[in-house]
Amino acid sequence: MSFQWNDHNGSFHPDSAMDFLPDAQLRAIQLQRLRSTIERAYGNVELVRTRMDALGVKPCDIRTLDDIRRMPFMVKNDLRDTYPYGLFACPLSEVVRLHASSGTTGKPIVVGYTQNDMDTWKNVVMRALASAGMHRGDIIQIAFGYGLFTGGLGLHGGAETLGATVIPISGGNSERQIMVMRDFGVTAFACTPSYFIHLIEYAAKMGVDMKTLPLRVGIFGAEPWSEEMRCYIQREANIKAFDIYGLSEIIGPGVGVECPCQNGLHIFEDHFLFEILDPETGDPVPDGESGELVITTLSKEAMPVIRYRTHDITHVIAEPCSCGRSLRRIARIARRSDDMLIIRGVNVFPSQIEAALLKVEKTLPHYQIIVRRDRDMDEMEIRIEVTAELFSDRVSEIERIAARLSHAVESTTGIHAKIRLVEPQTLERSEGKAKRVLDLRNLDTPKP
Amino acid sequence: MKISQLSIFLENKPGHLATPCAILADAGINIVTLTLADTQRFGILRLILKEWEKARQILEARGFVTKVTEVVAVQVEDRPGGLRKLLETVEAAGVNIEYMYAFTDRAEGKGVMVFRLDDADEGIVALQNAGVCLLDSEKLYKLAPQAGGH
Repeated sequence: MSFQWNDHNGSFHPDSAMDFLPDAQLRAIQLQRLRSTIERAYGNVELVRTRMDALGVKPCDIRTLDDIRRMPFMVKNDLRDTYPYGLFACPLSEVVRLHASSGTTGKPIVVGYTQNDMDTWKNVVMRALASAGMHRGDIIQIAFGYGLFTGGLGLHGGAETLGATVIPISGGNSERQIMVMRDFGVTAFACTPSYFIHLIEYAAKMGVDMKTLPLRVGIFGAEPWSEEMRCYIQREANIKAFDIYGLSEIIGPGVGVECPCQNGLHIFEDHFLFEILDPETGDPVPDGESGELVITTLSKEAMPVIRYRTHDITHVIAEPCSCGRSLRRIARIARRSDDMLIIRGVNVFPSQIEAALLKVEKTLPHYQIIVRRDRDMDEMEIRIEVTAELFSDRVSEIERIAARLSHAVESTTGIHAKIRLVEPQTLERSEGKAKRVLDLRNLDTPKP
Repeated sequence: MKISQLSIFLENKPGHLATPCAILADAGINIVTLTLADTQRFGILRLILKEWEKARQILEARGFVTKVTEVVAVQVEDRPGGLRKLLETVEAAGVNIEYMYAFTDRAEGKGVMVFRLDDADEGIVALQNAGVCLLDSEKLYKLAPQAGGH
């Protein structure tokens, strides 16, 4: 077996060996871990036991990996309904870490980790960073939020395990981010892609040219982003930008990551079993066809999660990857099944709007899609924060740009959109994640 | 002869014009003149002020998007036909006027026209050849009211 390393100056980390296991061996590990996970959940988690009993499924019925299909699904509401500890499969005394979602809608969801879970988490994040070409000696600035959000501390543990020098700066304060990036000789940066785009623009304003800094690797995740955004980031910051995937319900960041080939994300299958299913029927779709990503944890102790519906839409890239990893790949998550807007009967995804906006402007401005219903007609408005590039002292010039944006959206989605330019920093953000869609249709016209 | 004009993007909402003006007033920055171009959805506030660099810094730090462009200021006789000669001169030179606005110089009893031209250099040459009185930034800034006067 030969491995290709593009811009990597060292050998791969020994702990990444699991990335390269022969397929049969990997599937054997998965099956053994799946069976013990289901046994553990059945024995300790009431919700899982009740649902399995209702379906007449016992842990001993799981004899092959395909038998996962006999298991019931879990959804986000299950975590809310059992708030805070109802899905834990061990006594709280064995839990060494708790994280929670920000809980903007209803109760937050709470997740727990045993010491072994923490080690698993560090292991997958470490392998993710190694996959992105990082190694001991790298200086990583982690601008994901620290605290209850899994982003900051998740990256943190993995980066330290890798042997990198970690700067736990957390999110916000762009001026300080740029200063630290420049003065500390930062070589790797982790945050949401939209925040990094903001930083590129901010650095330029401060007279700092990111292209000339030692920064080499970007680890971006926690929100869907497009290939256009990657091209922009790589060009404007002169770095390689890698997509990292994860969700708190499963473990946090580190469920999957891109390799130097930047063509799909390898899922750390020794710890996570994934399926791609038709979101309507729940049946598996053939490799290469889009469906909803459903994940089962294989080694989590504190909170085993079985067949979790992520609502993330992707497909399997079945061809072996030229990086040599045997871990199967999924396409980057460009959309979520629950992000899909149906406007006048047409399916519209925020990622389409994003691609359209990037076609017109070389930078992706902060934007928000607002959908309203005026009598029986759906109206889409896209609010865009004005940037120095978009702004002109001439009314006609601004109106021309707005018309071009509107045209690009209409030709991509087939839906006419009103473009409304707003003042900077006026669109809502949370945890550094942009809030992309505001669907006001139900509020505007309450059903009788 | 070119004058730096500072433009600011504003949403067309009540109170949105007051904020930048208050910020400049608090910083003790005098405005020589200003004009607001507005549409239903947004407005562009255009300012002529001596300390435009400082004003730009302060406003950007407060989150405003700004742009500096070069305009030409011309003194016109405050009598019928004063403007006509100007416009004919610019037109004859093949220079387009993107927009213009006017204010009065009370001390001299004259009008001041501010032009945004598509080709400022060409326009300046044509106006100078026609004997038009162009105001340089020094003269223009002297027209600012004394501190606190706006």
